[in-house]
Amino acid sequence: MVAQNIFFYLFAAAIVFSAFRVVTSNNVVHAALYLVAVLASVAAQYILLAAEFVAATQVLVYIGAIIVLFLFGIMLTRAKLGRDQDLTHKHWATGAATALLLFGVMAYALIDQFHWRQTPLPADTRLIAVNGSNTATVSDSVFSTYLIPFEVVSVLLLAALVGAIVLARKD
Amino acid sequence: MDDLLLNQFLLLGAVLFCLGVYGVLARRNAVLVLMSIELILNAVNINLIAFGALWGTISGAVFALFVIAIAAAEVGVGLAIVLLIYRNRRSVDLDDMAEMKG
Repeated sequence: MVAQNIFFYLFAAAIVFSAFRVVTSNNVVHAALYLVAVLASVAAQYILLAAEFVAATQVLVYIGAIIVLFLFGIMLTRAKLGRDQDLTHKHWATGAATALLLFGVMAYALIDQFHWRQTPLPADTRLIAVNGSNTATVSDSVFSTYLIPFEVVSVLLLAALVGAIVLARKD
Repeated sequence: MDDLLLNQFLLLGAVLFCLGVYGVLARRNAVLVLMSIELILNAVNINLIAFGALWGTISGAVFALFVIAIAAAEVGVGLAIVLLIYRNRRSVDLDDMAEMKG
């Protein structure tokens, strides 16, 4: 379990540092690349929590598709590719104060509600419903309990795709 | 330093969420604001999966999958809107968009 903790703090540090660079970097492309680091480290956290299917989906959908969409967006809006001092608002300190206040409230609520030693996660987070594999359990669940939400999400994705094409195409 | 604790993941999610909120509030480029929204959605996913692991249920992972699907749809439509704004105004600076200001 010590190894899991070491990897947790390693990837948590990577997430916090990279996310900080995403919101402070003066270069749009660098921000997108730091976002890749955040998403990959979050996928590693999912693996620590034994959600390997979600981790694979995170890599495929986020890093594979969404980041490419972002890079297309950066190129198509002809953002300045080098350093650009105008990316952050001049009243950024107000935003920082809001975020810090929000974090203070959230951290107080979390530490008050879930005291450090009292809610350990189960040592073995594999579910034993289907052959001890969480991926099999996810697929069983998606196609039985969550079948209707799954279909609704499919229709939503289709509608969003059609909407994006209608919005973005030149007439 | 022996077991993984629930609070580790929840506090990590809180840090990521607040960094995303800061990005949404402080950034001027519309594409960077969309990136900050992705940070917020990832923070929520960490929380969902951590609670799923705590209760030993798969619902957290399934909900995280739904959130990822919604995020993909959101980025597609969001970038299409940003592209349309760029085509009409030659700029994606959020400070320039003040037509609705009273």
